[in-house]
Amino acid sequence: MRRYVIKRLAQAVGVLWAAYTVSFLVLNWLPGDPVTAMASAGMDSGDVDPARLAALRQEYGFDKPAPVQYAEHLGRAVRGDFGDSVSTGRPVTSTLAGALPQTLQLTGAALLLAVVLGGGLAVPATYTSRRWLRQLLLSLPPLGVSVPTFWVGLLLVETFSFRLHWLPAFGNDGFTGLVLPALTLAVPTGAQIAQVLAKSLLTALGQAYVETARAKGAGRWRVHLRHALRNASLPALTVVGLLVGQLIAGSVVVETVFSRDGLGRVTAAAVTAQDIPLVQGVVVFGALIFVTTNLVIDLVYPLLDPRIVVTSDRKAALA
Amino acid sequence: MTALSDVRTSRRAALTALVTTSVLLTACGSGGGDSGSGAGQPRSGSTLTFAVGSDAGCVDPQQVASNETVYAVRQIVDSLTDQDPRTGRIVPWLAKSWDVSSDATTFTFHLRPGVTFSDGSKLTAQVVKDNFDAVPKLGALGTLAEGYLSGVKSTTVVDPLTVKVTFGQPNAQFLQATSTHSLGIEASASVKRTPQQRCSDGVIGSGPFVSKQYVQNQSITLAKRTGYAWGSSRWSKKGEAYLDRLVFRVVPEAGVRAGSLQSGQVDAISSVGRANEAALEGGQVTLLCRANPGVVFGLGVNNSRPLLKDVKVRQAILAAVDRKQIADTVFPTGTQPATSVLAHTTPDYTDLSSDLAFDAAKAKSLLEAAGWKAGSDGIRAKDGKKLSLTISWFPNAATNQPALELVQQQLKAVGIDVVLKQGQVSQFATTLQGGDFDLVWGNVTRSDPDILRTSFSTRLANFYRLPATSLDTALSGQAATTDTAKREQLVEEAQKLIVQNAYNVPVVELQTQLAVSKKVHSLDFDSGSRIQLHDTWIG
Repeated sequence: MRRYVIKRLAQAVGVLWAAYTVSFLVLNWLPGDPVTAMASAGMDSGDVDPARLAALRQEYGFDKPAPVQYAEHLGRAVRGDFGDSVSTGRPVTSTLAGALPQTLQLTGAALLLAVVLGGGLAVPATYTSRRWLRQLLLSLPPLGVSVPTFWVGLLLVETFSFRLHWLPAFGNDGFTGLVLPALTLAVPTGAQIAQVLAKSLLTALGQAYVETARAKGAGRWRVHLRHALRNASLPALTVVGLLVGQLIAGSVVVETVFSRDGLGRVTAAAVTAQDIPLVQGVVVFGALIFVTTNLVIDLVYPLLDPRIVVTSDRKAALA
Repeated sequence: MTALSDVRTSRRAALTALVTTSVLLTACGSGGGDSGSGAGQPRSGSTLTFAVGSDAGCVDPQQVASNETVYAVRQIVDSLTDQDPRTGRIVPWLAKSWDVSSDATTFTFHLRPGVTFSDGSKLTAQVVKDNFDAVPKLGALGTLAEGYLSGVKSTTVVDPLTVKVTFGQPNAQFLQATSTHSLGIEASASVKRTPQQRCSDGVIGSGPFVSKQYVQNQSITLAKRTGYAWGSSRWSKKGEAYLDRLVFRVVPEAGVRAGSLQSGQVDAISSVGRANEAALEGGQVTLLCRANPGVVFGLGVNNSRPLLKDVKVRQAILAAVDRKQIADTVFPTGTQPATSVLAHTTPDYTDLSSDLAFDAAKAKSLLEAAGWKAGSDGIRAKDGKKLSLTISWFPNAATNQPALELVQQQLKAVGIDVVLKQGQVSQFATTLQGGDFDLVWGNVTRSDPDILRTSFSTRLANFYRLPATSLDTALSGQAATTDTAKREQLVEEAQKLIVQNAYNVPVVELQTQLAVSKKVHSLDFDSGSRIQLHDTWIG
């Protein structure tokens, strides 16, 4: 078990390094640089003294050859220092730390809602014996996955804020401000959970142990929830791990539509301004959250299914 | 009735000042007087909530360039002077008077006594000197302020309330520059801090509002400065502001901004696009708009390119563009086609609409005369070479692409092939500096005609690669004179030379458009088409 954890940790570090390196390459390959972007911040073609630009590039170290910049930045990043944002001058780590709680709140609430929505749809859809109801319920997830988040957000704002005046249209203030953005973000996520869970529930219900349980006289509900759902939730859990990444990405759109502060807004602003230190900070940080979540989920598997034993081998063997 | 006739007189004065263009009626008002109906008596109190589209990430007026954040930070600081948005005249604010040397190199300001900053410290000549001395060290975000003070030799304290600024070269624009938010005066305590600290924590000013809270990407909250008694000479209310609090909320999505205004969650919004106008019409909302002063949106011409060295080709492009069609189809209602290289809200603007009239026949005959004959595909050619040009553009405004697609069609109609080349916003400056472009789409906002010198003098950066001509003499001349009549005449000459030689192809004025709830009164534009909220009240 310990060897397994160590190995997984090493993999996680590898993923972080790759995220850092790829983002560095992409950002350096782009034409232009953050200093020029900043100098033209007024959106006007005013004159900028080239000597001043050169001095600024030197100050931020953008004048050095790419490999040197890479080595220097990586060295500092390992120690948790991603430098200062070019557009605001604030340290990248404090910018991210300031935005993180808002995004955690949003994605946490969205994930919770998504699990409730997904389970709430998959369980009755597979339980009901009415064909039309099953068809109806099972046709909702593909719809939820395919409508754009942006559109869902605007629709919810239009209805619940502008027309009904129930909830605020923007801001990070309290619980009321969290409802609509979390719901928006939960729609595509919940739909995917529902799809996977419904499919694995149907598979599980055809398994022999379900027959056995029924033969022993277990009621339909009991078979469905205690026996089938428990096994069927494993693939859904794996999906949840992947969806965490999607939730963070989705926060870019949702935080913009609902004018919330958070990692998504920071990301959007950093990319627009070509703020290399901040973008790199966001990429590595996002990768960190993703890697950690998936690591935790891998370690949770044995608790859900006693048949899974983690070994130092690549595969998780069935005992 | 007296009040009414007063309004009329001032309206007439405004019309005279803006020459003929203001006769064109627009769908939205330019603020001024009363924007709402059934005004009643102005009253103090209330909070104004204003939704803006973005946050510059900085709340130091000397370092902010984006209008969306200037709206808030402008209220925190006072400037030495103010500029009347109708006449362009410079009027007293923190300086009760000033003297400018006849060669426009020395500016002496006599400060108003009794002004204090919100930390209790006094405004003195030394504080102004400290501010101006610190400007060159502001760094990358301070390019506007640095530009205004470029070439400064020294700032000296003559006596506790007199400060003298000396430049190495004539610099007539400096007087107008002292009216901008970029040269707003901050308390010594703020000036001593690093530019980064000032950006993130805000600054202490002497303005009608005091910074209370700044939450990045979320909001800027200001409160009324009690005891404020040194407002600009052009404001109608003396003493403190009417409003108790100002809350600027950052709402990036245009549709959400419009809906929030309609549903009463905010009192005013910025950056209203053409798409949102319909949603706002008919409600309890007034649209306010004003053209940004400065160089209008248009095609910056690289005058050193072989095809564009020929004045006939440039003039043909000038005549082939149907400015009215572009303004009416792409831009917010009320946007005016360019009638000079300067917007009509710029001081010393000259109406050159006859030189900028759409005339496809003239464009064609100019091209014929220059030897460009129509080919079978409709595109003209000379010596086997096609008349094909590239327009470089950057996505810094949603209107850029549709406007340029229209320009492309219009030029094609007279036989000029146009390729649109999109770049990244961050490449704008690099493209201009490098000179690898035929035509480039852009504008520059500045409420002083000296922007023509910055943009078109061959003695400065000369991004548009103009040849040295008598235009340089006119541009340098206007920068070196303090005689307003003479300056106006030189600026007029410069505009004519630029337009008639088609060194630039002016297309459309950039219009700042706000939407304001009808219960908000006297929300007025300043000379830079930004807002001043001292006189604003809710009732």
